[in-house]
Amino acid sequence: MTSLPLPIPGAKKLGLVIDLDTCVGCHACAVSCKEWNTGGHHAPLPDHDPYGKEPDGVWFNRIHSYETGCGDTSKTVNFPRSCLHCEEPQCVTVCPTGASYKRAEDGIVLVNTDICIGCKLCSWACPYGAREFDEDQGVMKKCTLCIDRIYNENLPAAEREPACVTACPARARHFGDLGDPNSDVSKLVAARRGVDLMPELGYQPTNKYLPPRKTAIPAKPLERQASGGGNALLRLIDKTLSR
Amino acid sequence: MTPASSVLLLTTLTGFGYGLLAWLGILAAFANLPPSPLFVPVAVVVALGFASAGLAASTLHLGHPERAWRAFSQWRSSWLSREGVASLMTYPPALAFAALWWLLGPDAISTRIFGALAAGLGLLTVGCTAMIYASLKPIRQWHNPHTLPDHLIYAIFSGAVLLAALWALWFGAARVLAFAALFAALIAAAAKLAYWRFIDTQKPLVTLASAIGLPDFGPARPLDQPHFTENYILREMGYQIARKHAAKLRRIAACLAFFLPALLAFLAAFGFVPAVTTSAAALSALVGLFVERWLFFAEATHVSTIYYGYGR
Repeated sequence: MTSLPLPIPGAKKLGLVIDLDTCVGCHACAVSCKEWNTGGHHAPLPDHDPYGKEPDGVWFNRIHSYETGCGDTSKTVNFPRSCLHCEEPQCVTVCPTGASYKRAEDGIVLVNTDICIGCKLCSWACPYGAREFDEDQGVMKKCTLCIDRIYNENLPAAEREPACVTACPARARHFGDLGDPNSDVSKLVAARRGVDLMPELGYQPTNKYLPPRKTAIPAKPLERQASGGGNALLRLIDKTLSR
Repeated sequence: MTPASSVLLLTTLTGFGYGLLAWLGILAAFANLPPSPLFVPVAVVVALGFASAGLAASTLHLGHPERAWRAFSQWRSSWLSREGVASLMTYPPALAFAALWWLLGPDAISTRIFGALAAGLGLLTVGCTAMIYASLKPIRQWHNPHTLPDHLIYAIFSGAVLLAALWALWFGAARVLAFAALFAALIAAAAKLAYWRFIDTQKPLVTLASAIGLPDFGPARPLDQPHFTENYILREMGYQIARKHAAKLRRIAACLAFFLPALLAFLAAFGFVPAVTTSAAALSALVGLFVERWLFFAEATHVSTIYYGYGR
């Protein structure tokens, strides 16, 4: 059913917490996601002309870079963008077939590609641009939160997290239960004042983003002041040349 | 939003079909149609032909048209599903209306009831189609109070010009209906002009700073794009139309869809070769509404493209 599931008290809300302070914009999460998912739940993902002039394919994760602010307060922000597994996902309710659905037990938003008719309406309903259409198979695809990793008992327990989280070299991605206020991710969000994207649209994303810290690291000036230091000869040369 | 011709055909042709059905059904319910045994059944078939052609065209843009039957299942939440169900539910009363008119005649109470029922369900289908667009929160040019009434107005207008043309071709003259088409054209034109004025003064839904969750960090601007070729999002939602073309196309759409048909309907109302003028009015409206619907898509901006630096 594409009606949203009734909330189960105490149910998990699995999601990601992405730290915009430490993300270095290396695209490792995006590449790792593509690698896992082209062999996983939604396999294969289109990947046309990958080494040519016009590469084109479906990716569940796209890494943008932005500048914010001006002058001394300006920052470069690397910004990974993927499905936020919203609590009010309009992509689910607009689906005419029941292919797009939100799981009651953990909140993951998925597509059943066996019954998807490929009308693309769900991608129109997503303000985050998180869904990408598979032109080869004629169905919609999206982030599964690596549902085939996080519950996969064939993997060592430490690897039962989304591929993007495992891959991140800066530890900027965290996975956990955001419905449990005592989980590590919930504590992290509380401590760092995690935010929703486009809160004004009312989709209530599960994934949170941690804003960059506003601290500045004091750095020594790169060049020593010319006056005062050095020996007498250098001071004399400096004086002569400064005329 | 990229205008897909299958969806443009869907909304334009179903507007004509269900608009015509609505006029026939309502006029029959109030006993305002000539008691010709064949005109109404033929006109109902024409109406269903337009609607069916539009519905068939809409399946062409599906990735899996053979699974289209599944779209009837989620009417509890999805306007697209409701559109499908309503369109299917319109056929039995419309066909019954045509058959009863032919078998029992226009005065039978059952003919009138089924006429009104077919008219209501036809307009309901148009309303569901409009709500598909009106319900999409990420698209400000669609998610507003204009979309639903506008689509109903265009359907009633296109039904009026089509009925006037059929009437004039069948009976030779269509004075009252030509006046109806004239007024409908002027109302539709006013609705479209009001809509264009509205979307031109709308503010963007969000800022880029809010889209990346950092409204307190000052204005944000794109630095590096995530990919250097197009992807699905940019192809489907990043469609941009040059402002000068938009202005020109608006004039073309308004003239062809509303003002030329209004002029032709005016001529027809005063008996100037009504069969020709009303047919030309219907044809002009068809082409014009297709351009108008193209603009409805081309001028619509999707909020997700703000991540790529699109500012509207």
